[in-house]
Formats: sequence, structure tokens, C-alpha cells
Amino acid sequence: MIELLQEYWRAFLYTDGNNITGLAMTLWLLLASVGIGFVLSIPLAIARCSPRHWLRWPVQFYTYVFRGTPLYIQLLICYTGIYSLEGVRNQPLLNEFFRDAMNCTLLAFALNTCAYTTEIFAGAIRNMAHGEIEAAKAYGLSGFKLYAYVIMPSALRRALPYYSNEVILMLHATTVAFTATVPDILKVARDANSATYMTFQSFGIAAVLYLAITFSLVGLFRLAERRWLAFLGPAR
Amino acid sequence: MYKLTIEGLHKRYGDNEVLKGVSLRANSGDVICLIGASGSGKSTFLRCINFLETPNDGAMTLDGKIVRMVSDTHGMRVADADELQRLRTRLAMVFQHFNLWSHMTVLENITLAPRRVLGVSKQDAEQRAHRYLDKVGLPARVAGQYPAFLSGGQQQRVAIARALAMEPEVMLFDEPTSALDPELVGEVLKVIHGLAEEGRTMIMVTHEMAFARQVASQVMFLHQGRVEEEGTPDHVLGNPKSERLRQFLSGNLK
Repeated sequence: MIELLQEYWRAFLYTDGNNITGLAMTLWLLLASVGIGFVLSIPLAIARCSPRHWLRWPVQFYTYVFRGTPLYIQLLICYTGIYSLEGVRNQPLLNEFFRDAMNCTLLAFALNTCAYTTEIFAGAIRNMAHGEIEAAKAYGLSGFKLYAYVIMPSALRRALPYYSNEVILMLHATTVAFTATVPDILKVARDANSATYMTFQSFGIAAVLYLAITFSLVGLFRLAERRWLAFLGPAR
Repeated sequence: MYKLTIEGLHKRYGDNEVLKGVSLRANSGDVICLIGASGSGKSTFLRCINFLETPNDGAMTLDGKIVRMVSDTHGMRVADADELQRLRTRLAMVFQHFNLWSHMTVLENITLAPRRVLGVSKQDAEQRAHRYLDKVGLPARVAGQYPAFLSGGQQQRVAIARALAMEPEVMLFDEPTSALDPELVGEVLKVIHGLAEEGRTMIMVTHEMAFARQVASQVMFLHQGRVEEEGTPDHVLGNPKSERLRQFLSGNLK
């Protein structure tokens, strides 16, 4: 066990000497995909709630497809499937992008978490108190200002508990990245296992690392809720 | 010159005509109370004034200027978005269920529209907020609180301060005390009474007959989408002519 830690602690935490690996890589996967997903999901969630069906339906289709298929298959399609298409390989820009495993993984992860996040935010927008929107209109707020100052700040706050759940599920979902050769925590654990045959210890260390990240995320979200959900009142 | 006039307002939901040509003329400083049974169209009429509902027909002037309107298949609309926004900032509304923005503190609730719609600076908007909080009788410490931590009466007074902070020409009250516990009604009516004495122009849908009699300069009784009777409170409430109004008032006194 001691030798295993001595040999692999650096790889488990941040580098194998050449690349970023382990904990650092898992955190990067999580932050990048959740970050991209968050930014994209806000306009998509607004479109998802639009009364105009030509805006609503494409988003609905997108979330339906990405929530209806396993992330692993989405990753396989992004990583191996798309690159197997001749049209993609012949196009220099696409060729460059899809040849890189990291790009493919981030693309699949971001699209996946974005689909779930879009639905979470769209639900919160739909649950907006009708009277508050009416009051905003009565006071001259409309269009962009209505969303920027009233609807989105309220919806994002109310979505926080559901969103924190999605982030933690996404953390656990990053474990499929090793199948695309991305050296995350699980990839390091597998390498350590096959080099030492200390299976319980290798995967045990990985589990502890994931547990530590989850624990920190839960703590951060609890602080965020204390700050941004205080408006729900003393009953909470 | 009238502060606000509305001529022949019609509103239909499908085949159901809820307003059949309602008119109103308010001088500066008038307090007009709209009374009537539920379903008489009084709230709809009030909501048509700032176009939360789209009327089907009618004309409107504010401060002697005609509000430009166009009509399409959905009804009458204010000619363009800017004109609608201008109109709405000059008519501030107080709602039955307060409709404060729950995710904002009291101070943010009062300063949002002055800052983001009227373009008042943050500092000036906050000064206004504190001035009007004081006017509605709330202590300065509520400024940092969220609406959910306040009583209904306090919330409605914040909503009145929010309306006042727009420094509107006309204030619209949609049953401002109907959602309040009986013991909280008085504090809100006192604030509205104070505003009436300052000479603010107000249009108010209410079920508080005693209040209407005391404060209103004009009372309009609506029945089935028409003005059945209107005039001074002494006339309308003290000496009702129509049978329906007599029935309504006797029912209300019980």
C-alpha cells in the first residue's frame, strides 16, 4: 500500500510527469463541461419555455436525445463515431478537433450536462410566480430586462438544489472519460491496478478521491444555498 | 384638463364580453373607487388601463395627450414598445397579492424599476426608497429584508413604496387589502388615506365601502361590464338609485 502511494500519489493528484492526470484532470473535466453547459443552458432554457414553437421544439428535441441516450454512447459517437466519417477527416478544422480525445470528451460531456441543466432551468422558469412577472411588466420591464433582472435571478436561485445534484452526478459521470484515453482519476487507478495487482487499494484510493470532491461540492453548494436561497423565508 | 380619461373601453374573452364600454375621467387629485360584485369587470378594467389586459376597443388620454394605439386581431395595443413602457412607468400599480419580487430585498424591490427603467442612479434610487419606506411607515431596517420575512400588511406597504418610487402620475390599486388578515387591513388603508390627502390621483378597486365613502372623490359601481351608477360617495353609497346597487350594498353591510 505504501509503495503504491509512493509510486502513484503524484499521478493520482495531478501529473504523471508529462500530462495533467488524476484529480486535476477530473476537476478540469467537471469544471469545463459544467461551465460550458451552464452558459449554453441559459439561452436554451429560455428558448425551451418560449411560446414560439420553432424556438421551443429544436431545444426539446436536443434535450430529449441527450437525456434519452447513455453518456457512454454519446462519448463513443463523439470520440470514435464522428472521426470515422470521411467528411469529417477531409475537413481540416473538424479533423483537427475530433482527432483530439480531450476535445471529443469535453464536447460529449458538455452537451450531456447542458441538456439536463437546460431542463432544470426551464422548469424553474416555468415555476416563476406569475404575479411577479406581471408586476415586472406593470413597472415597465420587458424583453431582456425582464429576464435579466427578474426571471433568471429568481429561476437560477430556485434551481440551485436541483443543479447541485446535476453537478455531483456529472462528477461521477466523468469516470467514463478513461475510455477515451483521458487520464482522469479512474484511468490512474486502472494503471496502478494493472501494474501492481493491488486492486482493492487502487480503486479504493480512487473512491476516496471522488468522495472528497463530492463532499467539497456539497459543502460549497450548501454555502451557496444559504446565501442565495435565504429569500425563501424563515420557514425554510 | 383631465389627468386620465378612458372612453368606451371594451374587453371580450371569446364571446364573453366582460367590459361593454366603460369610461372614466379623473382630474388631478381624484380618488376614484371602483366597486361591484365579483365578475362585474372592475379588476379587468383596472388591468386594461396599463395594458396588462389587452382591451378590444377604447381610447385613452394621459395628461391631455392621446395614448397612441393600434388595433389588430388580438385587440387594441399601444402603438409601440417605447410608448407602452412610458405609459406603464407613469401608472404604478399595487396588486391584491402584493407581487413583490421574492428574490430581492425590500430595497432592491423599490429601486429596481427606477434604476433599470427610469435610469435613476443607484444612490438617488436608494434615497427615494428610504424616503418612501418612511412615508408608508416602515422602519429603515426592513430595507435589507426579503419579502417572505414580512407580514402581509408590511409587504403591501412595501408594494406601495415601490409604486411611489416611480413617482407616477396615477396610482392603480387592485383590491389592495383583499388578501390581508383583517387586523392588517387598517395599516394599509391608513397609508392609502394619507396618499389621498396629499392629492395623488388614484384609481382603486375595493370592497372597503367605509373607506370608499371616506376617501373617494368619485365612486363607480360596475355591473356586468357597465357603469351602473357613478358620482360622489354620498350620492352613490348614501343614496343608491338602482336596485342592483342597493342589493350589492345591503349584501356588503351584512
